[in-house]
Amino acid sequence: MTAAHPSKIVRVQEEPFDSAALAAELSAGRTDIGAMVTFTGLCRDENGALAVLELEHYPGMAEEEIGRLATEAVSRWSLIGVAVVHRFGPIRPGEMIVAVVTASVHRQAAFEAASFLMDYLKTSAPFWKKEHRADGGDAWVEARATDEKAMDRWRASGQVLPHK
Amino acid sequence: MAEVKLIYFAWLRERIGHGEETAVLPPGITTVAELVSWLRGRGEGYARAFAQPDIVRAAIDRRHSRPDTPLAGAREIAFFPPMTGG
Repeated sequence: MTAAHPSKIVRVQEEPFDSAALAAELSAGRTDIGAMVTFTGLCRDENGALAVLELEHYPGMAEEEIGRLATEAVSRWSLIGVAVVHRFGPIRPGEMIVAVVTASVHRQAAFEAASFLMDYLKTSAPFWKKEHRADGGDAWVEARATDEKAMDRWRASGQVLPHK
Repeated sequence: MAEVKLIYFAWLRERIGHGEETAVLPPGITTVAELVSWLRGRGEGYARAFAQPDIVRAAIDRRHSRPDTPLAGAREIAFFPPMTGG
């Protein structure tokens, strides 16, 4: 196989997913991948306080924005493949929310691209989390200043996405 | 100006009371910031939703925009809080 096109998988779905199966799907049939990084983000609870995390999303834009970020990552790190799956709807503690898989020739590109994708997903993909607490209360999760700061290092290193 | 679809998410949707509407923008409303100012005057829910216009984000036809982004040609304009996915 020579100069095959990069594989790209983007999914926004309510159903749970299997990140190992996603990585297998991305690498299926390819012999040119030397490194793969799989990042999985889970719904975390602290001391039984969280009953359900509800993820609202902007249908259409969520897929498009993740697609734009994936294309940017492929181009910037010459990735062989990229896969992003992001869930919406009710998610319980312990369940997976998001998975990013990056595939490249050598490990550094895969590590960096996965980190870049997660930093941008947090601040640029149109999803909003609402916590439904075990005591019956609920509250929208506030954006973290540290997430904005995390994006700055990608900007500082010379790359700015078109819409920023 | 043509009719546009306005969409609201998360706590903006809750404060305004609905997630979607169509509107005919009056002449003189040409940027995102001008649209926000106009929306703030439409009622109590809108005023609360846009009380801190600096933190509200907007997308035009599913692409992130800035306060000075022109609305010309827009079909779908969405407003939402800072994103908290991932």
